[in-house]
Amino acid sequence: MTFANMLNITNSPALSILIWIVLFLLALYFARRPFHQAVMSFSKIIRNALRLGAASVLSAEKRLLVRNREVLMAAGLENAERIVEREFDRIAAAVTRDLESYPNVHRQLSEVIVKLDEDYTNSADVPPSLPNWMPIIESIAKIEHSGDSMVANMLAEINRSLTEQNKKAIEDYRNSTAARHAILNKMMPFWRKLERSLDGIASSMSNIKKRAKTVDRCMDQYEKIRAGSDSAARALSTSALTQFAIAALVLLIAIGGAIINFNLIALPMSEMVGGASYIGPFKTSDVAGLVIILVELTMGLFLMESLRITRLFPIIGAMDDKMRHRMIIITFTLLAILAGVESALAFMRDRIAHDMEVLRQTLAGAEQMGLSPSIIPTVGQMVLGFILPFALAFVAIPLEMFVASSRTVLGAGMAWLLRLLAFFLRLLGNIGFYTGRFIVNIYDLAIFPAIWLEGIILTSKGKKIALPEAEIPEDSKLVEEAVDSYEETIKIKEPQE
Amino acid sequence: MKKLFAIAVVLCLLIAGCTDTKSRSTGVYMLLDTSGTYAVELKKAQKILNYLLGILAPGDTLAVARIDTGSFSEKDIVSKVTFDERPSVANNQKRAFMQQVEAFVTKVKGSPYTDISGGILQAIEYLNEAESGKKYILIFSDLKEELAKGYKRDIPFQLPDYNVIALNVTKLRGDNIDPKEYMARVEDWRAKVEKGGGDWGMVNDLERLDNIFAN
Repeated sequence: MTFANMLNITNSPALSILIWIVLFLLALYFARRPFHQAVMSFSKIIRNALRLGAASVLSAEKRLLVRNREVLMAAGLENAERIVEREFDRIAAAVTRDLESYPNVHRQLSEVIVKLDEDYTNSADVPPSLPNWMPIIESIAKIEHSGDSMVANMLAEINRSLTEQNKKAIEDYRNSTAARHAILNKMMPFWRKLERSLDGIASSMSNIKKRAKTVDRCMDQYEKIRAGSDSAARALSTSALTQFAIAALVLLIAIGGAIINFNLIALPMSEMVGGASYIGPFKTSDVAGLVIILVELTMGLFLMESLRITRLFPIIGAMDDKMRHRMIIITFTLLAILAGVESALAFMRDRIAHDMEVLRQTLAGAEQMGLSPSIIPTVGQMVLGFILPFALAFVAIPLEMFVASSRTVLGAGMAWLLRLLAFFLRLLGNIGFYTGRFIVNIYDLAIFPAIWLEGIILTSKGKKIALPEAEIPEDSKLVEEAVDSYEETIKIKEPQE
Repeated sequence: MKKLFAIAVVLCLLIAGCTDTKSRSTGVYMLLDTSGTYAVELKKAQKILNYLLGILAPGDTLAVARIDTGSFSEKDIVSKVTFDERPSVANNQKRAFMQQVEAFVTKVKGSPYTDISGGILQAIEYLNEAESGKKYILIFSDLKEELAKGYKRDIPFQLPDYNVIALNVTKLRGDNIDPKEYMARVEDWRAKVEKGGGDWGMVNDLERLDNIFAN
């Protein structure tokens, strides 16, 4: 049936159109309920599917957060353990250094004390007394005489002897006192020595006390991390972010150094391995230069591992000390050889560059200005070539920091992305649902005359108008739990662990 | 022992697999027109050659040949070299090459005829043998071909993967009177090259020599 035929069902086209409109509205009115149900079902399917997806993503995010926290705590514990271990090492070193010599100090102290004791005993000697017969003479001298000259002479002689003896006794006493003072003077260095020794012991004790306080502090932190407190997690997270940023910055600087290093040796390497062969899309000489730099980096890594500065390879750290020392010597020697090779390559590079410059000038027809290259750039390049490998060896430290902190940072980034994904899934679900409602409302708007008539008829019959499904308030809560909730996952996981 | 052998074989295969067998070297064959009217332009050709020596890398091939009455001959090759892979040796080769070209330019005598086609055929033969990855034939000429009686050059060129670049295509007296002649001459060569599968280019401004290897 063509459009023209449709307009010809009555004599009047307007009447035909009106009839068709009425029929169309009637058809739409009768199809209203199934249409509403279909659209709403479809929109709910979309919403529920997407919200279920969002819930699943949120669950994954939760698990990731737990995992991140575990990683963070494990890293924090390891770090705290390392700090405590280092402090204990320092205490052990201090104890070994200070108290190892304690028996010696003790012996010295004993000797000094014995010496002091002897000196003290010596200084305590009784001063020489007057002769025993002095009181007898003194009593004779006190006898009164009757003027007999013989007695007088005798007494005068006794008096003189007595005076002489007195003088001598005083002199002896003074000498004895001076000798004791001299002994006491000799005691002074021993006192000082004793004081110094005791001061040294006190200083050592104080140092150990300080270390013990540091250990206590570290142990407190360790306990907090072990307890898994939120404050510890926050502190560790902030610390990880800072470490990540710093390590990334230092690594960027190291990459800059490696590029300079590469440019120093790429050209002379073409003199050794040829400049026209390729490995894949890269020149063999460039690859060789890169390999040398990578070998240097590896040697640096091994050296740092052997020195127990980094812990990227636990197997190296776990080696016995003898083997580790051998490894230190081997890696350092290889690094030194490679640095020497680089220095030689830098020299060769300077020569080749100079030769090329001369050729370029010749080709350009420029007059040779008696180019005598300055030795300063040559020496500079050689020194740079020698130093850079050693400098690159220290990349191991920021690299370890970067690897350790990137686990936390990447985990946090992934969690954020999952949260964002969940948000967009929910947003799309809601958009889908409300689009369905919008379509239903538009449908009702198109057939409003039929609905209006239905309302009039039902009102006249006293019946309640049934609200279309789109207008029923959506008060039912949507379950946003994933099939495998977090609690369920933990329950499943625990026995496995 | 068998395991070790197997590992060694696998390693060798891996290394061989990584090695790129495709040639990345550049081969340049430069034809110098020595006909009477054009011989005076050879100093410019020397500058171009110096430029080429400056930019060609170790492993590249460079040959210079003259265009004379019969150019399809190895005798017309003035100088040829494949640069050593070591830069220092390559530099010495470049110096020697430069001196040979200088000697040629100083002593060259004009030829009565101009066999450009023969020169191109010789260039194709040479560069095919050199197995260069990128092949360039540079024609330093006014492109006016004049063959001696009896010389036949109606052979189509086989120029796939070739870049043929005309350099310093000077205008002849007749071209000034009727530019169509010049255009027809250039067009004729372009058609011949493209029919053979090659790419055609022209650089008249010697300040823009970097356009030679622009592609």
